[in-house]
Parts: sequence; structure tokens; C-alpha cells
Amino acid sequence: MSAVADTHGHAHGAAHSHGHHGGYGGIMRWITTTNHKDIGTMYLWFSFIMFSIGGLMAVVIRLELFSPGLQLVDPDFFNQMTTMHGLIMVFGAIMPVFVGFANWLIPMQIGAPDMAFARLNNWSFWLLPFAATLLVLSFFMPGGAPGVGWTMYAPLTVQMGMGMDLTIFAVHILGMSSILGSINIITTILNMRAPGMTLMRMPLFCWTWLITAYLLVATMPVLAGAVTMTLTDRHFGTTFFNAAGGGDPVLYQHIFWFFGHPEVYIIALPGFGVISQVIPAFSRKPLFGYASMVYATSAIAILSFIVWAHHMYTVGMPVTGQLFFMYATTLIAVPTGVKVFNWVTTMWKGSLTFETPMLFAVGFLFMFTLGGFTGLVLALVPVDIQLHDTYYVVAHFHYVMVAGALFAAFAGIYFWLPKWTGRMYNETLGKIHFWLTMIFFNMVFFVQHFLGLAGMPRRIPDYPLMFETWNKISSLGAFGMGLTQLLFLYVVVKCIRSGEPAAQLPWEGADSLEWTHLPTPAPYHSFETPPVVK
Amino acid sequence: MSLRRENRRLFTRLAIVAVAMFGFGFALVPFYNQICAALGINSLEQAETVVNTQVDRSRTVVIELDANAHNLPWRFKPVVSHVSVHPGELTTVEYEIVNVREAAVTGQAVPSYGPQHAAEYFKKIECFCFTQQTLAAGETRRMPVTFVVDPKLPASIGSIALSYTFFEVAGRGGKS
Repeated sequence: MSAVADTHGHAHGAAHSHGHHGGYGGIMRWITTTNHKDIGTMYLWFSFIMFSIGGLMAVVIRLELFSPGLQLVDPDFFNQMTTMHGLIMVFGAIMPVFVGFANWLIPMQIGAPDMAFARLNNWSFWLLPFAATLLVLSFFMPGGAPGVGWTMYAPLTVQMGMGMDLTIFAVHILGMSSILGSINIITTILNMRAPGMTLMRMPLFCWTWLITAYLLVATMPVLAGAVTMTLTDRHFGTTFFNAAGGGDPVLYQHIFWFFGHPEVYIIALPGFGVISQVIPAFSRKPLFGYASMVYATSAIAILSFIVWAHHMYTVGMPVTGQLFFMYATTLIAVPTGVKVFNWVTTMWKGSLTFETPMLFAVGFLFMFTLGGFTGLVLALVPVDIQLHDTYYVVAHFHYVMVAGALFAAFAGIYFWLPKWTGRMYNETLGKIHFWLTMIFFNMVFFVQHFLGLAGMPRRIPDYPLMFETWNKISSLGAFGMGLTQLLFLYVVVKCIRSGEPAAQLPWEGADSLEWTHLPTPAPYHSFETPPVVK
Repeated sequence: MSLRRENRRLFTRLAIVAVAMFGFGFALVPFYNQICAALGINSLEQAETVVNTQVDRSRTVVIELDANAHNLPWRFKPVVSHVSVHPGELTTVEYEIVNVREAAVTGQAVPSYGPQHAAEYFKKIECFCFTQQTLAAGETRRMPVTFVVDPKLPASIGSIALSYTFFEVAGRGGKS
């Protein structure tokens, strides 16, 4: 991608681009927009709002766990908090933030004028606020929001109040949005690439999203099926999960985790893609082992379909089953290890600088690897039977979800913010944001490993006195981490409103099309004539 | 425009995959049931059966059954005179008593073993000798003894004689 014919005039600056918004102004612009950049922006803001709501719920959880005994909320509300925190963070914050990245970047990185189905794209986004409203409304139903855990296990879901129905519909709508968005992304990547942009020349971010989109198309419908069965069990007399009618609650767990494990990689893979763009840019070296990265990503995706039961070692499955899922799970460490080694080797002997995006990327590398290792510990049946449903599991998945996906999202936002807004964020504040997030994150979750090893169960609002010290540290860290994200909001808003104008190429190592072929900020319409990639 | 047509074709294909995967979720239900049936696990309709894994099938011990009534107007005898059991195996044998007196009688059975030290290896789970028995005039009753021979029974013991003697409980008459 080095020598590329520049077919696009750089004359279109920010001042001109506002003339291309189409017929509407104000709020109608955002409701009717079919522009991938507008939709990407809406996805990003939507996910930040959901991130804040989910974060507030996390603070409620940590406030209650600050001291042993019940003080702030009753156990039922505590359960609603853990459930909604999980659902909102997974479906409302982490998944949409990467769809936002996909909308903004994939057309620009492959040299396409927009997404393949622009109007469908608009609809995919606007489904989300309705789903989020349903989720929040469930708090005001008789019986409140479901307190069943984000995994929505039967038989509890069959017994919940009306809030459960709203949650089921919200999951249906979220699933619909994800499937449509994924079909759009696959079609865009497969059909809309600029001449010369072969699949194996695409930036790795596009590759990870292509594979993620396939995972979504294959697994979101299975989740939709699982919650539909719950719905018919609740209201239409079926007994899929009711043992009294010949059903089986364990069946729900199998169906859910058939979706749930690929979902883990749906969350992680786009983050891998972002990291694979950021690390080479700040190492001033091309990504080491590009092809092996593509194959490793595919291998992770395929393996993710045959490991689901490692979430349910304790349901009483035969030893043969446990062994199969244990070996398959540990096998995933191989392609994941390939990726981590490739990132490290990319940095090896590079001209490294540590601006905020790189700090988050390196932070990701350390923390995600740690989370991966605790995942390997949990993959082992004899150990997992001891640690199942303890805070060790909570610590593990927050290391891969927060320090994995969220750090990658932060890295990407700081990395592309100049391209999106034409302005630079405040580097000092960005670095402070990183270091505070890093320190507080470890304060919250590192100690939870100790709690889990000592046997503290998850999803319980009370605990014995001996767990108090670590819980206090964890809660204080959570409050700090929550406040730190207000700094993030400040940095982003300040950048948009009054940041220094960004240079055309603010990161000298960045080499994908959106940096090399488009002005900064990116014009409202880009690549109406496809670039020729040689 | 051919790109538009190609995009739509790909959309249709992917939509079919999504719909098929929705169906796959439901197909997991019979699939799960079949797997469970094939592997013989998780069969909710079947009652749990308990299998005794402590039976030593390499040995056979003959239990000889004996019965005596001490000054009691009862006809007292085992239904079978001997049984062959494996150590560790749960076995039930029956004794029959007939009260030949014209009045109700209460008696108490006392077991003894030959050889005597076999007693500690002969574990009775249920026995008519645990309680006093009252028989009405002319009544016939069959009563069980359920026992396990401890697998630790010394190899030198090839047979155990189980002998019961019934004593009348004086002064009780038919009142229990």
C-alpha cells in the first residue's frame, strides 16, 4: 500500500464538508442520515452513554460490596444491578463501540464510498436506542428488572416478572441490529473494496471485523432462539427448560453458551484489530506476521464454536465431555499466543514512542495476556470446579473485557480522533487518563483474584468479614475508575470543541488508506471515486 | 448496476444463514435429547438405580439357617435351610413362625453364630430379632432377616451358621 495513485483532491477541507449533509439539519440529520461517518459517530456516542449507565450500576455494586452485610440496596436490587450491568456493558457499550469503529473506518480503509447498504445501516443503529429503552424500562415494571444474571439462565428466567419479557424483546432487537450490521459489514468488505485492495492487503482491523461479522451472523440467531424458547416457556405453555414438563434447564446453558463463547471473541476480535493498527503505527514498522495474524484470527473464530461447555463444567457432564472441552479450550491459547507474539515482535527494534493510543495498546498487551492466562487456569476442569462462580472468574473476564476490549477501544478513539475531528486531543490529559485507568483498573480487579481463590462467590451482595480488606480496595478502585472516565469525556469534548488543529498525518507510522489518501479531518464523503491501490 | 445486484445477492445468502442459525438453536433441543439418550446421561424419566460396587464375587459363603424355640409353643423354622452369598451382597432370608397355643404369646429372638467370631462380620440391616414379636392365637407369620457379610470376613471361614432361639417374654402374654 505504499505507492498509491492519489485520485482524491485534498482541497475539500472541513469547511466545505458541511455542505454535503443532505436535505436535513438539526436532529433530523441524525435520524435520517445514511452516511457511514454520521452513523459511526452515533454508535460511538450511544456506546459511551450506555458505558456510563453500566458504569453507574457497577458503582452501585461496589458500594454495596464496600462493607460486609447489607447496607445500601436489598439483594433483589443487587441482582438486578449485576444483571443489567452485564447486559448493558456487553450489548450496549462494548459491541456498539466497535460497530462505530467499523462504520467509520472500514469504508475508508478499503477505499469504498460508504457501507454497502447505507439505509439499512441507519436502521441497524436506530434499533439500538429502542432496545436500550426497553432494558431501562424493565426497572419500572412490577418486580423490577430481571435479577437473573446477564446469562439469563433458566429456570429463574421462567419465573421472573414482566421485566424479563422486556429484556427478552430488547435482546431480540439488539440481535436484529447486530445481524443486519454484520451482513452490511461482510457485504461491504467482500464487494466494495477499491481496485487492487485484495483481501490479504486489507488492514488487519478489516480482517478482524470480517471474521467477527461472520461470528455474529452465525451466533446471534442462536441467542435469539434461546430467549424465544424462554419467552414461549413463560407464556405459551412450552417446556423447553422446565423439568416438570420434560424439559431441561441445562439445555438452556448449552444453547446460551453456544452463542456465548463466540460472543467473547465477537467482543475481543475487533479490539485485536484496533491494536494491530495502533502498535505498528507507533513502532514505525509494518505489522509482524500479517498472514499469520489473519490465520490466527480465523482459527480463534472456528475454535470458539467447540469450547462452549467450559462455562458449565459443574453441571454434571460426563468426564469425556469435560476432557474434550478442556483440551479444545487450551488449544485456543495457541492462535491467541501467535497474536500476542506478533504484536510484541512488531515492537521489537521498532522506533517506539508512547503517545496515549500506544500506551493503551501496550496496557492492553499486558493486561489482556494476564486475563488470557487466568482463562487458561479456568479452562482446567479440576481447578475450575473449585473456582466456578467465584470472584476469580469475575476478575478473569474483566481483564479480557475491560483491559482487553475497552482499552483497545480507548486506544482506537485516541488514535483516530484527529482523523475524525481534525483536532488533536490534549496529550498530557490523555496520558493521565491512561495511567489513572490502568492503576484503578488493577486496583478493582487484581485483588478480586485473591477473593476468588479464597472462595468468595460472585453475584452475592454480602460476604464474610475476612473478605473485607480486598473488597474495600476493589470498591475504592471502582470509584476512582468511574471518575477517571469523566476525564475521558472531558478530553474528547475539549478535543472536538477546541483542540489544536491536527496535522495531516499526526502519527508518522500510520499507513492505511484513511491516513495516506484522505485529508484530516476525513471529508463527509470520501472515496466517491475509488482509489487505485497498487 | 451489477454491484447493487451482487450486494443484494450476498445479503440474501447471509440472511438465509442467519435464519438457518435461528433454526439451528431449536434443532439443538432434539439433538441434546438424542445425545443424552445415546450416552445414557441425564435421563430424567428413569428412576435412579443404585448399584452395589462392594460385592466380592470371587468368594462364596454358605449361610446355614437354624431356628429353635426355647420352651415356647411355637413352630419356628427358616423358609430355606441355607443360602450361598457373596461377601458384600445384600441378602434377605425369611423365617416362619406358627403360634400353636390358644392364646397370644410374646417372644424375643436371640441370634448366635457359628463360628462365634463370624458375628462381627455378619451385619444385620433388618431383623425380627430387633424387636419383641407378639403372635395371636394360631397365627402364622413370615419374618425377614436382611444382612450383608462383610468382605473383610477371614478367608478361613467358608460357612456361617446363623441360629435363632426364641424365648418367651414372661408375663407379657399377648400384651405388647
